[in-house]
Amino acid sequence: MKTPLDVLRRGDTDVASGTMQRAPATRTPPARRPRRRLPNPLRGRWGVLVAATVLGLLVLGALGADGLRPAADLRSDLDQVLLPPSWDHPLGTDAAGRDLLTLILHAMRVSFTVAALAALLAVLLGGAIGIVAGVVGGAVDAVIMRVVDFLMSQNHLLFSLLIAVLAFPVAGGAGAVMLAVGLTHWTSMARILRSEVLTLRERPFFHAAIGVGAGRVHLVRRHLLPHLAPSAALGFVLLAPHAIFHEAALSFLGLGLPPDNPSLGTLVAAGQQALLKGGWWLVLFPGLVIVIASMCVGALGDWWRARSQPRWRSELEL
Amino acid sequence: MLRGEGLVKRFATGTVAVPGATIAVRPGVRLGLLGPSGCGKSTLAAMLALLVAPDEGQVSVDGQPVTRFGVRAPAALRRRVQLLWQSPVAAADPRMRIRELVTEPARIAREDPAAVLADLAPRVGLSPELLDRFPHEVSAGQLQRACIARALACRPRYLVADEPTAMFDVSTQAGLLRTLADTATEDGLGLVLITHDTALAQHWCDEVVEFGDLVAQV
Repeated sequence: MKTPLDVLRRGDTDVASGTMQRAPATRTPPARRPRRRLPNPLRGRWGVLVAATVLGLLVLGALGADGLRPAADLRSDLDQVLLPPSWDHPLGTDAAGRDLLTLILHAMRVSFTVAALAALLAVLLGGAIGIVAGVVGGAVDAVIMRVVDFLMSQNHLLFSLLIAVLAFPVAGGAGAVMLAVGLTHWTSMARILRSEVLTLRERPFFHAAIGVGAGRVHLVRRHLLPHLAPSAALGFVLLAPHAIFHEAALSFLGLGLPPDNPSLGTLVAAGQQALLKGGWWLVLFPGLVIVIASMCVGALGDWWRARSQPRWRSELEL
Repeated sequence: MLRGEGLVKRFATGTVAVPGATIAVRPGVRLGLLGPSGCGKSTLAAMLALLVAPDEGQVSVDGQPVTRFGVRAPAALRRRVQLLWQSPVAAADPRMRIRELVTEPARIAREDPAAVLADLAPRVGLSPELLDRFPHEVSAGQLQRACIARALACRPRYLVADEPTAMFDVSTQAGLLRTLADTATEDGLGLVLITHDTALAQHWCDEVVEFGDLVAQV
C-alpha cells in the first residue's frame, strides 16, 4: 500500500486536487558510452590477492635461491650454450651455458635488495628533509624547496648516472646503484611530506599539544611521525619497483652490478647481446620478472593508497 | 593574574581579527566573555593561551611578560595557561588513545602518568573502559572530558574555555559545566569562559564582559 509520502516521491499525483495523474514523460538524455580503458588484471580484491601471492612467491624464490638452485649450478658449461627452454633448463641457458632459472633466482635477491635499500634511502632522506622544511619553515623551508624544485626540473637519470660514476669506485656496483637511485628520488617524498607537515601544523590537536608544553622533538615524534608513516610507507612501496628499473638501466649501461654478480638488469643487458643469435629467452624472462614484480608492487601500492590516503592519487609522480 | 593588554591580531589577508583588546583574570575568578560569531573571541583565546603571537600588545602571566609564543614560548609558561577548544574532536590527536591524550602533559613533564590518570579520570568522570579507546570511539562529550583532564594534567593556573559546550546537548552541557566548575573551584583556577550564551555567562560567571567592551577600553 502506498503512503502519501511514496506518492509525493513518485510525483504521479496532483497533490492539490488529490487525483492520480500520469507523470509527464520526460526525455532522458542518451546514456554516454563509457570511455574504454585497457583492462587491469590486478584491480579489485582478487587482483590484490593475486598480486600479493605472486610477489610473495617471487620474494620466497629470491630468499630461498640457494636452497632451490644452489649457486654452484652457475658454473659455465660450454656444451650447454644458448639452449632454448627445455625440461632440463625450464627457462633455457645463457651464452656461458648457465641455467637461466638459477640465474634469475639469484638475480632477484640482488635486485630486490638493491631496490628496497635504494627506496628506503630515498624515503628516509626525503622524509627527513621534508619534515625539517615543514617544521622549521621560513628561510630554511624556502631554500630546501627551491633545491627540490631545481632537482625535480632536471632529468634524474642523468643525475643518477653522474652519482653512479662517482660512487662506483668507492661503494661498488650495488652501493653505486643504491646511492644513485636514493639520492635522485628523495625529492618527491620531501615535497609530499613537507606539505603534510604544513597541513598537520595547522590542526588544532597540534596547537593543543604545544599548549600542554610539547617541544619540537615531542611534536615530531608523537604528533607528526604517526600521521606521516602511511605516506612514507606508501612512498617506499611506489619507489621500490621504480628502483628495480633504475638498477636494470644502470647495470645495462655498465654502471651497476658486475656481470659475475647477476642482477635482473645485468641479465637483460647480457641477453640483449645474445638476442641477435636467437636467444630471445635471455631478454624475455628476466624482463618479465621485472615487469611482473613491478606490477604486483604497484597494485599493492594502489590498494594501500586507496585505503589510507585517497587524495594521494595524482601527487606522487615518479 | 593572566593579562592581555591592547592585543591586536591581523591576518595576512588584511583582516583585523582582534582590533585591540584588554582583558585580565585572577586565579579563582570565573570571567565570562560574550561576543557574536566572528568578532575575534577565539583568536583572543589563542593569544591568551600563548599559542598565537599578537601583532601589538602584551600578554603577561602572573606578572611575567610573554615575549615568545607557540612552541618558542617557555614550556612552563605555556602549561600555566590552558586552552579548552570548542571541538574536542579537532583538539584530540586521532592516532592517540584517550589514556595517551590525558597523560601526555605528564609524559612531557616526566611525571608518573599512572598517578596523574588515577587522580584526574575520576575527577572529570572518565570511566576506565574509555581509556584505551581512540577519540573516534567515544562520544564528543566524553572526549571533551578527556580534554579537560589533559588541561588539568598541566596543573594550570588559568583555563581559557572557548565555547567548550557549544556543540553539545543541554544535559551534556550541564555535566561538562559542572565538571569545569568543580575542578576550577578545587584548583583555584582563573577561568575565562567564552560563550554566546548570555544567560549562562551571567548565571555561571563571577564577572561578565562583552568583547566590544574589551576593545573599547583601549
